[in-house]
Amino acid sequence: MNKALIFIFMLFLSLLSVSNAQIISVSPEYQERYDHLLHELRCLVCQNQTVAESPADLSNDLRVEVKEMLERGATDQEILDFMSDRYGDFVLYNPPVKPRTYLLWIGPFLLLIGGVIFALMLVKRRSNNVVDNELNENEKRRLKGLLDEDDKEK
Amino acid sequence: MIRFLIPAFLFLVLTGFLFVGLYKDPSLIPSPLIGKPIPSFATSTLRDPNKVITDRDIQGDYALINVWATWCAACKQEHAALVYLSEKLQVPIYGLNYKDDRASAINWLQQYGDPYVVNIFDENGRIGIDFGVYGAPETFLVDSDGIIHHKLVGVMTPDIWEKQFVPKIQQITSVAAK
Repeated sequence: MNKALIFIFMLFLSLLSVSNAQIISVSPEYQERYDHLLHELRCLVCQNQTVAESPADLSNDLRVEVKEMLERGATDQEILDFMSDRYGDFVLYNPPVKPRTYLLWIGPFLLLIGGVIFALMLVKRRSNNVVDNELNENEKRRLKGLLDEDDKEK
Repeated sequence: MIRFLIPAFLFLVLTGFLFVGLYKDPSLIPSPLIGKPIPSFATSTLRDPNKVITDRDIQGDYALINVWATWCAACKQEHAALVYLSEKLQVPIYGLNYKDDRASAINWLQQYGDPYVVNIFDENGRIGIDFGVYGAPETFLVDSDGIIHHKLVGVMTPDIWEKQFVPKIQQITSVAAK
């Protein structure tokens, strides 16, 4: 019972973290694209927040801009281009692939390949180091002798 | 030996990146408008709601376009520097009064001095969006063709003027003279 109550109170706490971005009503026909676009755009005055979540004044202006461009019949790409023409690629959460961003896009794969090579090298070195566990004839005989001695003592 | 050198090398590279990162301001966003003409606009001037001002009205061998507002604390900080540039050095400064209230803006200029040739009144911030404004104050340097050569985000100081603007202006005017 207590646990249930605590859980319910925790739920109330999580409400506090819901963004207080001003909501702009968009006609249902655009709603889905509008929501998607706002999540593609980075708020310029916050650190790492989308325009959809940001309560900043500028983000509000950008939401209005997106809404009005949708109503004028702009395509999603036109809207994203409009934003990056003014604010640079920074405004896009999904940066375009071009020479400046090659490292960004390829870097993780290079790290992965490097990691795999490193792991393979480690595994190989270990398997080379494995000592031969088999006993040779002499040792087998000695082992047998020791075990027999043991039996006799009982 | 190499077993230790490789991790040490990787560690140094990583440290290098992080160290450089320490001195970068993550709130600075490079403007894609450098090298491009200023966006076109047509609106009223701050002082006269009936007078139209457009991008073609920004003239001179070079000019500054300064984005400001009365609600912007840092704008008050840089205001004395702008007045100094305009009065002592005859720098042509055009104001872009951004998302402001007309009466308070005029009042501000009367109170603190008016360094501006004229002020573009951008009530709803639309022109600001076209200029890629994300935080006032911002100052653009444009040449006689209206091409943007430099953008400063933050407070203008005599020191920044000397270091960032003067060399660029010399470039602009020497090219224009040829």
